[in-house]
Amino acid sequence: MTARNRRAAKQFARLVFIPVVISSALAQNPLAGNPKAAKAGEYEFRINCALCHGLGAKGGGRGPDLTRAQKKHAHNDVEMFQVISNGIPGTAMPANGTNGQGVGMTDEEIWQIVTYIRSQEVKASAKSTGNADHGRELFFGDANCSLCHMVEGKGGRLGPELTSVGASRTREAIIDSVRNPSRRLAWGLTEATKEFPQEYETVTVVTADGQQIKGVTLNEDSFSVQVMDSGEKIYLLEKDQLRSFQKNRESMMPRYNPDILSDKDLEDIVAFLVRVGAK
Amino acid sequence: MRSRIGVTHRCRRRERGGLQRRSQKNSTFFSLALLLFVASSAHAQVTFERIVNATKEPQNWMTYSGDYSGKRFSALDQINKGNAHSMVAKWVYQIGATGKLETTPLVVDGILYATGQDNRAFALDARTGRPIWMYQRQLPGDIRPCCGRVNRGLAILNGKVFLGTLDAHVIALDAKTGNVVWDRTAADYRTGHSFTVAPLAVKNQIVIGISGGEYGVRGFIDAYDADSGERKWRFYTVPGPGEPGHDTWQGDSWKVGGAPAWNTGTYDPATNQIFWPTGNPAPSNRGEGRAGDNLYSNSLLALNADTGKLDWYFQFTKHDEHDWDATQVPIMIDAGGKHLIAQADRNGFFYVLDRTNGKLISATAYGKQSWSDAKDKEGRPIANGQASPTLTGHTVCPGALGTTNFMAPTFDPQTGLFYVTARDQCDIFSTAPQPYEAGHAYYGSAYFPSEEAEPYLGFLKAIDPATGEIKQKFQHTSPTWSGALSTAGGLVFSGDAEGNFIAFEAASLKPLWHFQMGGAVYAAPMAFAVDGKEYVAIAAGSAVYAFGLP
Repeated sequence: MTARNRRAAKQFARLVFIPVVISSALAQNPLAGNPKAAKAGEYEFRINCALCHGLGAKGGGRGPDLTRAQKKHAHNDVEMFQVISNGIPGTAMPANGTNGQGVGMTDEEIWQIVTYIRSQEVKASAKSTGNADHGRELFFGDANCSLCHMVEGKGGRLGPELTSVGASRTREAIIDSVRNPSRRLAWGLTEATKEFPQEYETVTVVTADGQQIKGVTLNEDSFSVQVMDSGEKIYLLEKDQLRSFQKNRESMMPRYNPDILSDKDLEDIVAFLVRVGAK
Repeated sequence: MRSRIGVTHRCRRRERGGLQRRSQKNSTFFSLALLLFVASSAHAQVTFERIVNATKEPQNWMTYSGDYSGKRFSALDQINKGNAHSMVAKWVYQIGATGKLETTPLVVDGILYATGQDNRAFALDARTGRPIWMYQRQLPGDIRPCCGRVNRGLAILNGKVFLGTLDAHVIALDAKTGNVVWDRTAADYRTGHSFTVAPLAVKNQIVIGISGGEYGVRGFIDAYDADSGERKWRFYTVPGPGEPGHDTWQGDSWKVGGAPAWNTGTYDPATNQIFWPTGNPAPSNRGEGRAGDNLYSNSLLALNADTGKLDWYFQFTKHDEHDWDATQVPIMIDAGGKHLIAQADRNGFFYVLDRTNGKLISATAYGKQSWSDAKDKEGRPIANGQASPTLTGHTVCPGALGTTNFMAPTFDPQTGLFYVTARDQCDIFSTAPQPYEAGHAYYGSAYFPSEEAEPYLGFLKAIDPATGEIKQKFQHTSPTWSGALSTAGGLVFSGDAEGNFIAFEAASLKPLWHFQMGGAVYAAPMAFAVDGKEYVAIAAGSAVYAFGLP
C-alpha cells in the first residue's frame, strides 16, 4: 500500500468509523462532569423528562426520583444512555422521541441529560434509619400491608405491587403515600400513562340484580369496567347493564395515621422496601 | 371498479425514497398512456373543479376535511341513526410500524390513499383494505419532528398525491403507482423544519405549512405548482424587516419566532382566499426576549390563493407563553346571509369571525380556562395578570395540550352544531432562560401536571356557533385526541383514548354504537362509498379501520 493509499484508507476509516464512535456505541459518557453540558441537559430534561420525573429530577406523578445515586435500570452512564434511547420495556418509560410529548433528542442531547442527572444526584443518599428486618415483619404481619400489596411475589393484589418502589420513590414519597393514600391516587396524567391501565380509583357499582360491588378499577372505558373487590374477585361489567356506577378519588387504602403506625415503624417499613428495591 | 380506473399494478414496497427519474422515452410513453387513460376514464382525475364541488360526490373524500369549507361533513346517509347500532368492521389494514397515526384517508373512485408513520403513504382497495401500492420515504436519522413521526394525510390533484415529509420536503407521487414524480426541498430539516400537515390542493397549487415551532423556525406557508413542483409563493408567518407586523417582535427574536402552520387550512372559491391557522411563537413558554404581540403567531390568516398575499389576519392569543397554537381547522359557515369562519381554539375559546374581513363576531369559552377574565373592545379575550409562567411554575388552564389541539372538528349543517373534542386540564407552567441553538429544542420552559389539580376530563362538545352555547356534550373516560365526523345520517363519529370508535346521535350525542379497535385514536374519521355501500374509516393504533353495515 502506498503512502497515498494509506492516507486514503485512513481517511476512509475516519469517515466510516468516527461517526459511529461518537454515537451510542461510546463506552463512556463523553460529557461526564462537564458543567456546561449539565446545564444544556437541564433544558432538555425540562422538556423531555420533567413531565414524569419532575423538575429537578426529584420524581413526579409517574417517574421515579432520579436524584438517587442508585438507578434500578442503569448502573452506569452508558446504560442510562441506552435507557433514555430505547425506553424500558414493560414500563411507561418510552423510547426517545416516541412518547409524543417531548422531542426526539440527538445522541449529544441524551449525553447532556445523563450528565445533568449525574449532577443532580445526592451523593450520600439519605439512608433510611429504619430497621429493615422489623419492617419486613410489619409489612407481612401486624401492619397488614401485604393484605393488599405484593412484594417479591408474596402478598395481595388489590393495591400496587411494591417490589421496586423503594428504588424508584423517595423516602418522603413513600411515607406520604402511607399517611395520605388518596393524595397521589394515580390518574391518567397524560396519554403516555395509558401504559398503566390500573388507576386504583375506588368504584362502587350496583348490578342489575341489586348486588353492590366495591373495589378498585383494573381498567375502564366508556362502555365497560373491570373491578377487583377486596376479596380479589374480578368483575367484568358492562356499564349500561348496571343500576348505578360511582367512582371516587378516595383510595380503598386506609390512612395510616401515627396512632395506627408509629413514625418509627413506618421508617422500618421504608427501610425494608428500600432494601428489597436495591436487590 | 378496479378495472374501470385502470389499476393493475402489483403492490410494491418502495424501499428507496428520493427521486426516481424516468427516461424521456418512458416519460413520453407514460404521457401517451395517461392521455389514453384520461380519455377513457375521466373519473380517475381529481381536478380542482371536482374538489370545489366535492359535496356533489359524497362517495369520495378528496381533501383533508372532505371539502374546502372544512366541515368534515359527509352527505352520505345509508348509515344512519336508525341502523348505526348494527355497524360492523369491514376491514383492517395493519401498517406494521410503531408510533401514532394521525392520518385522514382520502378516497377517490374506490381507492383509499393514506399516510402512516415515518412518511409511509399507501393506496388501498377501499372495499377490501388490500394494498395497491406503498411508498416509504427514506428519512435521515437526525430528523427533528416535535411530537412523533406523524403525518396527517395527503392531498390529491390531477393524478398525483402530495406528501409533506418529516425532513421538510414536498413530494408528488403518482397516484396509480406511488412512484415519485417530483421532490422539492422546502427547508433544512436540521434546523428543526418538518412537515406533518396534510397539504391542500387549490387550483393547480399544493399549499402546505411548516412545522417546527419547538425549534425556533421562522414559520411559513408555501404553494407549489402541482405539475412541476416549482414554488409559486411563500408567506412568512413572522414578518421580516420593513414588513407590517415586524415591530411586534423584540430585537432579533423574529428570526427564530416560530409561528408554524402545521394544520390544514380551508379555502373559499368565491373569494379565492385560503384561511390558514398558525401556531405558537418561539420559545413557546418564555415571553421574555420577544416582547410584543408576536404577529402572526396564533392567528388565522386570509391569503390570496394566487399570490400568497395577506388579506387579513386575526390573532387569537397575543404574545402567547403557553404553547397554545391556533392550528385548529377553521370551518367556513354561511348563515343568515353572513360568511363566517369558526375556530375552536387551543386557548379555550370558540371564535366566530366574519370571513370577509376578519372581524371578530364572538368569542366564548367552551372549556375550563383561567387565563382571561376580560375582553378588549373588539370582544377578544385578553390575558389576566396571572397567566405568565414563572421559574418555579404555577397552574394555568387550559394546560399545555390546550382545550383542543389538532383533532379535526366537524360542523353538521343538519343540526347547525359545531362538534369538537375538548379537554379540561390545567398544568403547572414554568419558564427558564434558554439560548437559541439551531436544531435544538427551544421551549424555554417545561410544563408538568399539577398534583393538586382535578383529574383531566375529555369531552366531545356540540357548540351552537350562533351563541357559543354548548348544546350537548359526551364525557369520555379520559381525554382523547380523536377528531370528529358528522354525516347526513344524523350521526357524529369520533374515537377515544381507550380505543373505541363511537357513533353518536348528532342531536343528542348519545352513543348508538361502538367498536373496540385495540389502540388509541389520534386521527379523524371520514366517510366514503364504493359500489353503493357507505363506509366510515378511521386510523387507530397502527391500523386503518373501515366500518359499514352488515
